[in-house]
Amino acid sequence: MIGDTQAPASAPHQPYAVEGHGLVKTFGRFRAVDGIDIAVPVGAIYGILGPNGAGKTTLLRTLLGIIDPDEGERRLLGDAAPLRMAPNVGYLPEERGLYPSMKAFEAIAFMGALRGLPLAEGRRRAKAMLEGHGLGAAIDKPIRQLSKGMAQTVQLFGTIVHEPRLIVLDEPFSGLDAINQEKLEALIREQARKGVTILFSTHVIAHADRLCERIAIVAGGRIHFEGTPAHARDRLRAQVRLRTRAADGGWRGALPPDATTEDGTWHFALPDEGIEPLLRALIDGQAGIESLSIERPGLHDAFVAIAGAAVARQMRDDRPDRTEDAA
Amino acid sequence: MRHLWRAAFVIARRDFTAVVLSRTFILFLLGPLLPILIGFAFGGLGSKISSTDLRPVVGIAMSAADNGAIERARDGLTQRMGDQALPHLRPVPRAPDPRAQLARPDSAVVAILSGSLAHPVLTGKAEDLDHLQGDVSLLASAALAERSLRFVAVDRQEVATSHGAQAQGQLVIGRIAQVVMFFLTILLAGMILSNLVEEKTNKIIEILAAAVPIDAIFLGKLMAMLAMSFVGILFWGGTALLLLIMLGDGVANLPAPAVGWPLFLLLAIVYFAMAYTLLGSLFLGIGAQATTVREVQTLNMPITMGQMLIFFFASYAVDHMGSPAEIAACIFPWSSPFAMIVRAAQDGAVWPHLVAIVWQAAFVALIIRVGVLLFRRHVMQSGGRWWRRLFRPTTG
Repeated sequence: MIGDTQAPASAPHQPYAVEGHGLVKTFGRFRAVDGIDIAVPVGAIYGILGPNGAGKTTLLRTLLGIIDPDEGERRLLGDAAPLRMAPNVGYLPEERGLYPSMKAFEAIAFMGALRGLPLAEGRRRAKAMLEGHGLGAAIDKPIRQLSKGMAQTVQLFGTIVHEPRLIVLDEPFSGLDAINQEKLEALIREQARKGVTILFSTHVIAHADRLCERIAIVAGGRIHFEGTPAHARDRLRAQVRLRTRAADGGWRGALPPDATTEDGTWHFALPDEGIEPLLRALIDGQAGIESLSIERPGLHDAFVAIAGAAVARQMRDDRPDRTEDAA
Repeated sequence: MRHLWRAAFVIARRDFTAVVLSRTFILFLLGPLLPILIGFAFGGLGSKISSTDLRPVVGIAMSAADNGAIERARDGLTQRMGDQALPHLRPVPRAPDPRAQLARPDSAVVAILSGSLAHPVLTGKAEDLDHLQGDVSLLASAALAERSLRFVAVDRQEVATSHGAQAQGQLVIGRIAQVVMFFLTILLAGMILSNLVEEKTNKIIEILAAAVPIDAIFLGKLMAMLAMSFVGILFWGGTALLLLIMLGDGVANLPAPAVGWPLFLLLAIVYFAMAYTLLGSLFLGIGAQATTVREVQTLNMPITMGQMLIFFFASYAVDHMGSPAEIAACIFPWSSPFAMIVRAAQDGAVWPHLVAIVWQAAFVALIIRVGVLLFRRHVMQSGGRWWRRLFRPTTG
């Protein structure tokens, strides 16, 4: 009721679409977001990765202004009052919600109208979007008559119908079949090509690996890694798998101390000095190399290592204030 | 602020069309017509009942001459006072003990008049005697003075207006408006209680809260329900007016309210809107805290009782215009519209209404704001001490 809520244009040449500094959000004694600093560059596809209950949704809700942080500052498209930027933002929440009696195209237009798009234009775009994606038959159908996947697509169209500059998607792939996941990835790439900043959360690493330019790995309400997926992978050393004909010999002394064996195959991290000294020792020691492979770790491995270590640390710390569920 | 109103309008339009274009809205419109039709039907039945003989019958067990004289006296008096003004008389056999006669199963009279006109004895139950004693005394006196009794003619001097009658009529108009407003409010405002449950159960609240200030959601929902109420009122009012026109010109006999009919009707609409939004904003705030329809249903009873109390307070207070109770009813936000509409009927001053409307509107804004902050605090789990944020911007 009070205050001017008219949406101003964000500052020109703003380097970050989303910024958060020292963000803290507690629910009772539970710190869902625990001092997070985040900066999402304009035009990037940025993934927030984390296990269930890591605080991803709370972080997104805080950044969007749905809830206020207890501490810290946030800026959305350069504005410290996130709702002022609502006309330039699209948001797909984790828990999907639509009015069941609304027709599909009306639901899309309504979501656009909430963010300032004139209703008539919203209806026109909604029909075009649905027809363009082979959902023309669903245009006049009430949401309650649509399949779950179609309803999710309708909600996704409602998120982008007003052509936002920033799209925030909370677990967008959950509940979608493989085909629709593929379509969603294509849509995200298409939006990014237009210069739209995409920020999404997920606990399925493959999507982030394929899509994201930058990621943040969140666990226990804190960011434990921030950077490119390549940097995350680089945090882990390459893994060597070695199979030899000889079971034993002098060459064994050349293997790293952490090498383990299973069914005659050795596993160990690539030594810092590289593979050549080891290869030489194996040949000289007549180990009889049957197979040798060097595997670079995937983002999944990096995620498990980083988030897993964080969770383990958290459990070791035995903090009683982290026992409740995130909202 | 423009963004807030635009967002509220988007919400209101969605809610309004969702309700008005649903099939159940027809039932909603037709529902209240039933009591109106039944009211008219029972009104006809009532007048039929009231026209039938409901006065008690007194058995007369005096001498034949006395019986005849008292019956003639009754005829003479009822010609001037109306047939229902005096008890009916029916000759019964003279018996030594009227009490035994009254105790018989075939006795069709409530009391028996025995003795003589000069010394009448009325036998019956104490409460019947209390009612009949004066009438019987009048009848006996008139019978005794049968030959000498002359009815004096009264000359009529008619006037167009009588201040006392006008004041009485204006109070009646005010009271009618008050009752109609109350019934419409109680009928319609309760629906707001469950208004946010749909958004919460369908998880739509997350989408709304991310796009618009919560204030806009509350405001939009109130606007939608108010607009829906006006559709209903227009329909019911039109039907009632049609029935009144069909049944005669009873409306034409009503005195004009103190502020005049046009302004009175305008004020009635504004005060209804105010009463509705004052209660509605409170209900919305309370209902928004509920998580299920069952919780809303449980809240219904105490809230209805609260509404009744407010109405009784306003109703009691307006009998004594200018009294501390009436002024308190005008100031207390929730009773203010009900008290002020009666004031509009009785007092021609316009400025108190302007003050009252601004006062009520300020309270609507305040209640919405408090409701929003409590919603953010308890439902969205956001924000600290809500009263510190009462006058901060809504944009988050």
